[in-house]
Amino acid sequence: MTAQPLLEVSNLSVTFPSEAGPVAAVRSLSYHIMPGEVLGIVGESGSGKSVSSLAVMGLLPSRAKITGSIRFKGAELLGQSDKDLSTIRGRRISMIFQDPLSALTPVFTVGDQIAEAVLIHQKLSGHAAMDRAVELLELVGIPNPRQRASAFPHEFSGGMRQRAMIAMAIANDPELIIADEPTTALDVTIQAQILETLEKARETTGAAIIMITHDLGVIAGAADRVTVMYAGKPVETGAIDDVFYQPRMPYTLGLLGSIPRLDMAERQPLTPIEGSPPSLINLPRGCPFTPRCPMRIEKCEQVEPELVVLNASGAGHAAACHRSNEIEQQNLKSTDIFPAPVIGEPEVGAVPRAQREAVLELRDLVKHFPLVKGAILRRRVGTVFAVDGISLDIREGETLGLVGESGCGKTTTIMEILNLTTPASGRIVVFGKDTAGMTAQDRFAVREDLSVVFQDPQASLDPRMPVSSILAEPLETHGVPAGERTARIEELLQIVGLRAEHMSRYPQEFSGGQRQRVGIARALALKPRLVVLDEPVSALDVSIRAGVINLLEKLRMDLGLAYLFVAHDLSVVRHIADRVAVMYLGKIAEIGEVNRVFSLPAHPYTQALLSAIPLPDPRKERARRRIILKGDIPNPSDPPSGCRFRTRCQKFAGELNDQQRQRCIDEEPLLTAQNGPEGDHLAACHYAESYAVLDDVGGK
Amino acid sequence: MVPKKADPDSRSRLVLRRFLRRRLAVAGLFLVALFFVFAYLGPFVYKWQYNQLDFQAFLQPPSSEHWFGTTQNGFDMLALTMRGMQKSLIIGLIGAVLSTGIAAVAGAAAGYFSGWTDRVTIALIDLLLVLPSFLIIAILSPVFSGRTWLVFVLLLSAFQWMITARVVRSMTLSMKEREFVYAARFTGVSNWKIIVRHILPNMSSFLIIDATINVSSLILSEVGLSFFGFGVQPPDISLGTLINDHWQSASTPNGYQFYLPAFLLILLVLAVNLVGDGLRDALDPNAGIGGDR
Repeated sequence: MTAQPLLEVSNLSVTFPSEAGPVAAVRSLSYHIMPGEVLGIVGESGSGKSVSSLAVMGLLPSRAKITGSIRFKGAELLGQSDKDLSTIRGRRISMIFQDPLSALTPVFTVGDQIAEAVLIHQKLSGHAAMDRAVELLELVGIPNPRQRASAFPHEFSGGMRQRAMIAMAIANDPELIIADEPTTALDVTIQAQILETLEKARETTGAAIIMITHDLGVIAGAADRVTVMYAGKPVETGAIDDVFYQPRMPYTLGLLGSIPRLDMAERQPLTPIEGSPPSLINLPRGCPFTPRCPMRIEKCEQVEPELVVLNASGAGHAAACHRSNEIEQQNLKSTDIFPAPVIGEPEVGAVPRAQREAVLELRDLVKHFPLVKGAILRRRVGTVFAVDGISLDIREGETLGLVGESGCGKTTTIMEILNLTTPASGRIVVFGKDTAGMTAQDRFAVREDLSVVFQDPQASLDPRMPVSSILAEPLETHGVPAGERTARIEELLQIVGLRAEHMSRYPQEFSGGQRQRVGIARALALKPRLVVLDEPVSALDVSIRAGVINLLEKLRMDLGLAYLFVAHDLSVVRHIADRVAVMYLGKIAEIGEVNRVFSLPAHPYTQALLSAIPLPDPRKERARRRIILKGDIPNPSDPPSGCRFRTRCQKFAGELNDQQRQRCIDEEPLLTAQNGPEGDHLAACHYAESYAVLDDVGGK
Repeated sequence: MVPKKADPDSRSRLVLRRFLRRRLAVAGLFLVALFFVFAYLGPFVYKWQYNQLDFQAFLQPPSSEHWFGTTQNGFDMLALTMRGMQKSLIIGLIGAVLSTGIAAVAGAAAGYFSGWTDRVTIALIDLLLVLPSFLIIAILSPVFSGRTWLVFVLLLSAFQWMITARVVRSMTLSMKEREFVYAARFTGVSNWKIIVRHILPNMSSFLIIDATINVSSLILSEVGLSFFGFGVQPPDISLGTLINDHWQSASTPNGYQFYLPAFLLILLVLAVNLVGDGLRDALDPNAGIGGDR
């Protein structure tokens, strides 16, 4: 190619001073991007992917030491004054940030803010700029753009704010858009909308996009080329297909092998990458991945490998590993390199489900929150229908995945279960006992068998307590004699893969994955029978997730636990759960055996949800037909009549005739069996129809 | 294996390092320590005692015999000040611990239990805030005069805790939504145990800072009330009573009688506040003036 690259970054290094020593956030990063191309930069938190893009924008604080070169269309950006950069920023290079809430000023209307972005770089009248803002809002798919332009950011939902950010980014027809985790804070159906909008923005402006993310699925469908970063350095780069199908650096291999796949019916073994990313202070010489790499040799500790072009697997495919050639010659897979434990089925699985004892039963559970106004004279102005009649049961040794987007009532449901109080309406039966008739002692006794693991391991461990006290608390509370506690704590640490000497450490001395293991150990302290897992892996880095998922599976197998696994990540649910319940606006939309629900979803919402999740498989991802839902989840204090999903339903909008629609509006659909009259695959849709979303690759 | 004591907590070392970096705070701490030595060990070294009369020296200016002169009755001024300082320091300390303690318990209970506990506590706080504390203590002073000064300390702290309690309450409100509190609740740990074991320790930096700053404000309240005769009652001596006894001499050649206790009072309050500021910066770096982090 003779064309000049749009952006060329070479040997970029960024160092921050800190109390403990200089932090090498980015180390000799080089990449280029051609006009109109989409480059993905993948890495875990702390890999330097965001810092490097801030360096391109010239937005790093002045104390950061930046060396190397960043050339935009041949002109050096590094060293230019802030004033000069301002003529480029926003006009020729623009940026989309992760958190759309903090990226918009709360005191100005969205329209004003977009118009401002236009006015800074273009000589237009205020009126014309406002018209342009409305036009842009329309382009990014905001309904009633003229009216919405005068709304304030807090009146926008998260997805709409991110659309507004995209509108602002393309306001001046930039040549390059840097999108820094543009969908991380959003729900999957909204993520699909945003990715579609970004694609549309790229088509209209012809801009190149640098897409920074930790989600390999997002990259797979969108990017042309990809660079994988680890500890501030690029470790592998190449065309998307080459990197995804023929990874040549153990880290990339491990990363790809550690993601559960939505499209795999069988439980494929996940390859966890042991350990955690290194601290960027005083990095040892040699390859920073060495301590976690199962293929390490002596040379790895001595010499840090350079990014070397491998010619056999695609043009421009380069990896930074001393043993890339071996991997290439033997065409090693992640399971060849990383130990992938094969985890069987729990013994209790042999007993037919109907004969097993139910550990948890919910019958028409309802939880409404009153909306009150006024400080002294409180009056009820409305009701949030957080959970509105859900029924499910979990049998012994079984894992039920409870999935849905934020605001669907998952968290309220598990809080109702864990509080063990009498629900406003409906019944909660735990281990055969109804919470309605429970005394305080009964509840206390139940808590021994029912435990919980929370999402954020940082927040779920008291930072003021050493691990020994954290684990001793449940033991002490339930009267385990002091003499036996230490032995039990040691045993617990060993079960979750930690060592006895970790006992005296504080939570902040652990990495995220280890902290979550401590949280799991605490949940197991009293030998429970049912563990509620509230998004146990979603706060963890991708490479660490697999280890925790494997641990949870192993524990289930060894200890015969039943799990209520709450998640928004359907691929994890497919990997770990036996049954799955899909929630939408306080109701269950579909429930059934996991493989059946995932391969033949009957409810349009489940279909859309499955279709929205990007697969870490570029070819499949490009070929897939995607169902994009419209709009956001309706306000749970004012749910639509009849079927709650009808306002966003693709079927309602596209396939049904007026008479059929009327039924959706008037009549609330009940859960009905989809696989024979006695079947346990239930969907709440008047027009339920199985549709193999994941196999539909016929499209464009 | 006996779980060995946690390694020297890296957090406390970090706090210490941050504290030591603030020169003024270290100077303040040094001064406070000096005041304690002065007030409690001074009398053992110094020739005169606070209750000893020197009939050879009435109203004498400073000399090698009486370093800061004598009063009209022949008491040694420096000995009196040491004695008064003892009382002021102890009142400040006990009062501060007491009022922060009340605030912690009341605020945490209000925030954690919410419902009527919260409403009653808030009502009490609002009531106490609108009552003129100075006036009430003044009116009550005949009741406790002649009894121990501890009653006075109790009254002082009873009017000191409200603002802190409000802050503690709102901190508790956000902390009880934290997952580790849920985790404890869902294992069946009792409510008060959760408050004592999880909630209060996690706001200990705030409580420590608050208690330190309370020391100086309690000393000032004590001095103010004693000055008007409503606080520490004779035969007890505090900095307040000393200033009260001698303020009229401020503009006379015997000014030293006033200036010594007054100057030491200012220095003490200043030192305590410097320590408080330093502690805040060390324990809670984000609350300070910030700058380039």
